[in-house]
Amino acid sequence: MAEPRTAAFVRHDQLPPSPPPAAETGVIKWLRENLFSSVLNSVLTLAALYCIYALLSGFLPWFFNGVWDAESVRDCNEQMGENRGGCFAAIEATWRQMVFGIYPNDIYWRPVTAFVLLWVAFAPVLFQAVPRKLLYFTLLYPFLAYWLVWGGTVLIPVLALLGLVVGYVVYSRLVDQSFAMGFLGGVLAAAIFWWLSGFITSNAGDVLALREVATRNIGGFMLNMILGVVCVSLSLPLGIVLALGRQSSMPIIKWICVIFIEFVRGVPLITLLFVANVVLAYFLPPGTNFDLILRVIIMITMFAGAYIAEVIRGGLAALPRGQYEAADSLGLDYAQSMRLIILPQALKISIPGIVNVAVGLFKDTTLVSVISMFDLVGIIRGPILASTEWNGVYWEVFGFAACLFFIICYGISQYSQWLERQLATDRR
Amino acid sequence: MKKTMMLGTLTVAAVAAGAASAQTVNDITDRGSLNCGVSTGLTGFAELNQETNRWEGFDVAVCRAVAAAVLGDPEAVTFVPVTNKVRFTALNSGEIDMLARNTTWTYSRDVDLKLEFTGINYYDGQGFMVPAALGVSSAKDLDGATVCIQTGTTTELNLADFFRVNNISYEPVPIETAAEAKQQFLDGACDVYTTDASGLAAQRSSFPNPGDYVILPEIISKEPLGPLVRHGDNEWGDIVRWTLNALIAAEELGVTSANIDDLAAAPGDNPEINRLLGTEGGLGEMLGLDADWAVRAIKAGGNYGEIFAQNIGEATPIGLARGLNAQWTNGGLLYSPPFR
Repeated sequence: MAEPRTAAFVRHDQLPPSPPPAAETGVIKWLRENLFSSVLNSVLTLAALYCIYALLSGFLPWFFNGVWDAESVRDCNEQMGENRGGCFAAIEATWRQMVFGIYPNDIYWRPVTAFVLLWVAFAPVLFQAVPRKLLYFTLLYPFLAYWLVWGGTVLIPVLALLGLVVGYVVYSRLVDQSFAMGFLGGVLAAAIFWWLSGFITSNAGDVLALREVATRNIGGFMLNMILGVVCVSLSLPLGIVLALGRQSSMPIIKWICVIFIEFVRGVPLITLLFVANVVLAYFLPPGTNFDLILRVIIMITMFAGAYIAEVIRGGLAALPRGQYEAADSLGLDYAQSMRLIILPQALKISIPGIVNVAVGLFKDTTLVSVISMFDLVGIIRGPILASTEWNGVYWEVFGFAACLFFIICYGISQYSQWLERQLATDRR
Repeated sequence: MKKTMMLGTLTVAAVAAGAASAQTVNDITDRGSLNCGVSTGLTGFAELNQETNRWEGFDVAVCRAVAAAVLGDPEAVTFVPVTNKVRFTALNSGEIDMLARNTTWTYSRDVDLKLEFTGINYYDGQGFMVPAALGVSSAKDLDGATVCIQTGTTTELNLADFFRVNNISYEPVPIETAAEAKQQFLDGACDVYTTDASGLAAQRSSFPNPGDYVILPEIISKEPLGPLVRHGDNEWGDIVRWTLNALIAAEELGVTSANIDDLAAAPGDNPEINRLLGTEGGLGEMLGLDADWAVRAIKAGGNYGEIFAQNIGEATPIGLARGLNAQWTNGGLLYSPPFR
């Protein structure tokens, strides 16, 4: 046994780690790694800092020197004196028109109610967690919203809804014999019902009637919302049908879909809007009152439908051949295989593309200002900028409009990313 | 391409209009309101009140006067805002009964587009605005100036002509919209801004220091603006034309909204006033209206001078002088044919 070694000093515990060099810690490290990691990055960082400074040095004084309470742009200019700033009083004075158009002041509650209920109606479509029973409300919502916004007797939306019900009942009776027969019978039954109900509404125009609001008076951001929501909702099913039709093995259906898609995609939206506003007026019989908003909705829906069809076709093409064959081998017919196997996967792949079209479409609704509709942009460019009070207050009101659009479009984008994460079950 | 399409639709329009009309007054009476096309917004001429959503302005007043004459109620107007791209098709397709939208009376519009101008309610023309600091008193001193000009408009052509005729040079700064023009001009990107004189005055009223800018006296183009109707219904055209003339004649004859009740109560000394106000002769019946038609039209917003003063005159922020739009007796061009 060796003697226990002795030492003058034995360290019992470990030295505490010395702090990392100053250049390798905290803010400095972060700066070095992220902003100044190379010469090029340093130059870019400095350039970016200068840009931010230039923007803020312009924006902040403009914002903080702004006048929020004034009678007119001249009053604004007087109050500001030498300090140039924004005339935000214009927003305060004109936000009603920017949001509601020329809608009568005393019944703003109607579109507001419709807007709130819109989210209730959307909830079961957008979120799986919401009770499924709410879907019935979603089905009722279009008719309720029409009644709230346009007013008039409640019979019109109720009878329109009943017509759909009648059509559906006839369809479900006949569809056992053949799909085409059921479809035609349903359409015919609904048409006859609507034609007959026209006599009722013309004679009983005041049953539960809300004050009627002319289409011309519906405007502002409300009009953009109506056009955006309706057209996106309608163009999605239209796009699916067109995409499936384009892949059909039946030549007539295929060629109809191809021609429709290629024609509509080859024409600018603004042209279609001019057709809706100007040309249709000549082709319709004199005296027909074919609502302008309805005409515009049809045109925008066609336009968006054609784009969405191509997006979904991309999704269909991306599915492996085996998925189609698997559906066939299970003995599913065409409708079942599409509904249960192909479309759920194809639509999931298409989500980014569909959202792209939806956001673009929502912003494109401002084009209706060119055919003299007072949507948000139309009412700013027309009455608001031309008014004696607010002539020339461009940045403030357009900034307000940009904020409104940003909120909605950013919301759509965030929702779609969330939805993609929810549906991410495969191949990752 | 675009032009061809527009002309094509207009041709269809003309054919359709010829078949449809001749009964405009009856349509309006049945409907109970006049469909009047106005600008989507033009300072002083067509403005939408932010509080009440009511249309006001110099062009709007013509619509109200016609509605008062035909229907007896200056509020019985459905205003249809139309952009300059759809204004003529809206008129030709029958969507509107008349157009009162600062539209220049030109040969091709009158003849080729099958429209009928019913008079002139504002004599406009292209003018120049410069900073007062430039020290220029006439457009002919503008040699070598940079000029902000909206591209693709007749103002661009007028400008080129004016400078060529006077043998002076300029440098154009092309701009797209009035908003851009304001920005560029205030930033000093151009020495001169040119557009219609009424538009210049309206723009200037929104500047931070309106007094620092002057509008030069030269007017280099003729822009007679007036209300118009479709070809093919001369009775209706007569009503619009003579309603406007009634407003102009009322100013000339000293009939105002203040004294019209007294003057219309009983025939007075001036036979022309009596004929205008229906206390003598049967002028209203010739138009297919009643005797009081002109009284109602004048009461709707006052005579021409009152409408001018209230909407665009020197007491308003726009501050337009009467200039060419004074009565012929005051050296202007307003000259109503006699009521007899």
